[in-house]
Amino acid sequence: MTAVTQDKKQGIGNVRKMPIYLDYQATTPCDPRVVEAMLPWFTEKFGNPHSRNHAYGWESEEAVEKARAQVAAIIGADPKEVIFTSGATESNNLALKGVAHFYKDKKDHIITCVTEHKCVLDSARHLEQEGFKVTYLPVKQNGLIDLDQLRDAITDKTALVSIMAVNNEIGVIQPLAEIGAICREKGVFFHTDAAQAVGKIPLDVNEMKIDLLSVSGHKFYGPKGIGALYVRRRPRVRLQALINGGGQERGMRSGTLATPLCVGLGEACAIAQAEMGAETERLRMLRDRLYKGIMDQLPEVYLNGDFDQRIPGNLNLSFAYVEGEGLMMGIKDLAVSSGSACTSASLEPSYVLRALGVDIEMAHTSLRLGLGRFSTEEDVDQAVEHIVTSVKRLREMSPLWEMAQEGVDIKSIEWAEH
Amino acid sequence: MAYSDKVVDHYENPRNVGSFGKDEAGVGTGLVGAPACGDVMKLQIKVSPEGIIEDAKFKTFGCGSAIASSSLVTEWVKGKTLEEAAAIKNTEIAQHLALPPVKIHCSVLAEDAIKAAISDYKAKSGGKTEAAE
Repeated sequence: MTAVTQDKKQGIGNVRKMPIYLDYQATTPCDPRVVEAMLPWFTEKFGNPHSRNHAYGWESEEAVEKARAQVAAIIGADPKEVIFTSGATESNNLALKGVAHFYKDKKDHIITCVTEHKCVLDSARHLEQEGFKVTYLPVKQNGLIDLDQLRDAITDKTALVSIMAVNNEIGVIQPLAEIGAICREKGVFFHTDAAQAVGKIPLDVNEMKIDLLSVSGHKFYGPKGIGALYVRRRPRVRLQALINGGGQERGMRSGTLATPLCVGLGEACAIAQAEMGAETERLRMLRDRLYKGIMDQLPEVYLNGDFDQRIPGNLNLSFAYVEGEGLMMGIKDLAVSSGSACTSASLEPSYVLRALGVDIEMAHTSLRLGLGRFSTEEDVDQAVEHIVTSVKRLREMSPLWEMAQEGVDIKSIEWAEH
Repeated sequence: MAYSDKVVDHYENPRNVGSFGKDEAGVGTGLVGAPACGDVMKLQIKVSPEGIIEDAKFKTFGCGSAIASSSLVTEWVKGKTLEEAAAIKNTEIAQHLALPPVKIHCSVLAEDAIKAAISDYKAKSGGKTEAAE
């Protein structure tokens, strides 16, 4: 941990005491080793990696190509199959729109899933407006898609199946290899948004028969503003570019590459690849400690999403009879996210939790707790204490808890929805 | 979202949390909102034979602004006649707590809770307080 992070945690000197960070699915801090690798590429090594005529360009190109190889390595790809983008949102836009547009004369159908990230769903909506047909697969109560439903949804007009690797809210891992096998058998391209998966679970584009895969740097200790898209060469996937220009990235994404960001993404991949095994074990122990600490002390807490098919750094819990935003205010020493409506601009609770069939009332009571590389046992113990204290206090203030204790069935009451 | 100091104060030190027996003499209960919307307020008033609200209690399921709005109105209604209490406007609540636009519905709900408690009281007491006033 860096000195600055340490100071913030302890509130030393003039630095404001920051809450314990438990929101690793929202973003992660850059690993100091990543920053160190990036620094020379801002100043003395500033060349344009596309400059072919001098040493400034050559050294930058070499750095970018090394980074590309590091990204390729963590997903079992060939470096030639990796293109850099500004992040997973761009990668997902490019995968969906790029494939749909290129193959539109023969195919006009794509398949995705209701719990995808907004950037996939919104890209799909835009394609629908252009006349493409989109199937949104439901998920089962555990957050995973039904493979038979996927198989049934594929037609001879289907160009692409886009199913995320790991869900950002509930951390569940979709059966990628099984999906890949179905898509390959049916001759349909398989794209996966792996923003929450890269660096956290083993991925192999060949074993899993993945044709396109989106990467986001800042979700695994790399910098913000950089991501990548894996695009398979054999059998070849073709895309219509979204950004036109000098033809960089094999014409699929024009624009001068940001050398420091590429280097940072590459370094983040190398570190994650080397440390994944031990880190997974450590996070699983912390996660289990957090889960057990809460469940042992509080009744009526429910886990959203599958427990086993889940990345180790995620818990999504519903605390019945306690509203999520009210709870977050009580645990202000913890930085977490809520599935409650009140935290977002819209007044709808999490569409992901709703898709699992979680009651709308229970969706309002959910918290996402994300653990990561800099989480400690002490963080977890403090989090348990804060959460348990706050939930108990708020339940004492909750008319719903009171009714439940009195044996009143809350569903039997006719509420005036406002 | 940053909360005003007053919202934080009511959230951290809520006034008059609790319940009266629903069938107790002089008690009116208002239960408004819906779990599906993320806000439920229960406001109870205890009315003297003279028609003055002597005591009030609340329980709220909701965000900090909802808790603060209901806590605040328990303070405001105490000592008021039913008519005075019924005249409390959501805009006064919102202004006092400096609620942002997205939280105005919390103050609306608190106003509704007062009105619901008063009408429950009136229904139970058969309107005899009006005579007392």
